Amino acid sequence: MKMFVANLLLAVVWSLMSERGTMFQLGVGFVFGYILLWYLQPLIGHSGYFTKVLQIARFLIFFIKELIVANLRVAWHVITPASFFKPGIIAVPLEEMSDLEATLLANVLTLTPGSFSVDLSTDRRVLYVHVMDVDDPDKVRREIKEQYEKQLLEVMR
Amino acid sequence: MEEIINWTFQVVVVFLLLAGGIFSLIAGVGIFRMPDLFTRMQAAAKTGTLGVGMLLIALVVQFWEVGIFIRAALVILFLFLTAPIAAHLIARAGYISGERLWRKSVCDEMKGQYDQVTHALSSGKWKQDDP
Repeated sequence: MKMFVANLLLAVVWSLMSERGTMFQLGVGFVFGYILLWYLQPLIGHSGYFTKVLQIARFLIFFIKELIVANLRVAWHVITPASFFKPGIIAVPLEEMSDLEATLLANVLTLTPGSFSVDLSTDRRVLYVHVMDVDDPDKVRREIKEQYEKQLLEVMR
Repeated sequence: MEEIINWTFQVVVVFLLLAGGIFSLIAGVGIFRMPDLFTRMQAAAKTGTLGVGMLLIALVVQFWEVGIFIRAALVILFLFLTAPIAAHLIARAGYISGERLWRKSVCDEMKGQYDQVTHALSSGKWKQDDP
């Protein structure tokens, strides 16, 4: 957190120094600040911040890609006249996680291709997901666990 | 040079506005065309969110100011946090009040997991064993 504030401060300083186009310069400043802090690591001590930022960036790119794929797929389902899909509700067992993590996972699942979280069991250990195309329930379960749950927990912890 | 940059920005704005509008339209048509409540919520939650998100990004590219960027970013953040929750609540209420899945649905592993009185949802046999 301290590192993030320092990085943001460097970005603001950078954007103030440059002539115009503050928004773009703020982004540039953030990148340069990140590199600077990374080089200064031996001086200011190690921090998990650096890997975390990369993880978050990777997850965001993955999420945006999935979001666009999801929309194109839904659009396809809506436009095609005959309904070819095979929907169903599938139970996905979850790792032990906090309320925030479970909420985020459910939200991410709803916004990504083919899946839509219906409800979380009261003991928070199973998420019931409505899936557009179920060929093999176990395969869908595995995919959700490996792709989304693992990545999200990596970012959050 | 200035002109080319302006032109590129305009193209991006037009593209985003068009795509956002089309996705919003598809969300509406999807609600109408899908066979049951759950597939309808899939269409509404996904395409509606991306559609509005794209319109907001078009706004940011058009005006290119920090104030507008921050506001648009906040709207997108809250939209992404709340839209799926609203869809989830509607689907849950629908399931509890006995809304049927589409007849061609393949499986329903949530069947019989709700307590009829308290509406507590049991995790059934799918619970993962602790390591």
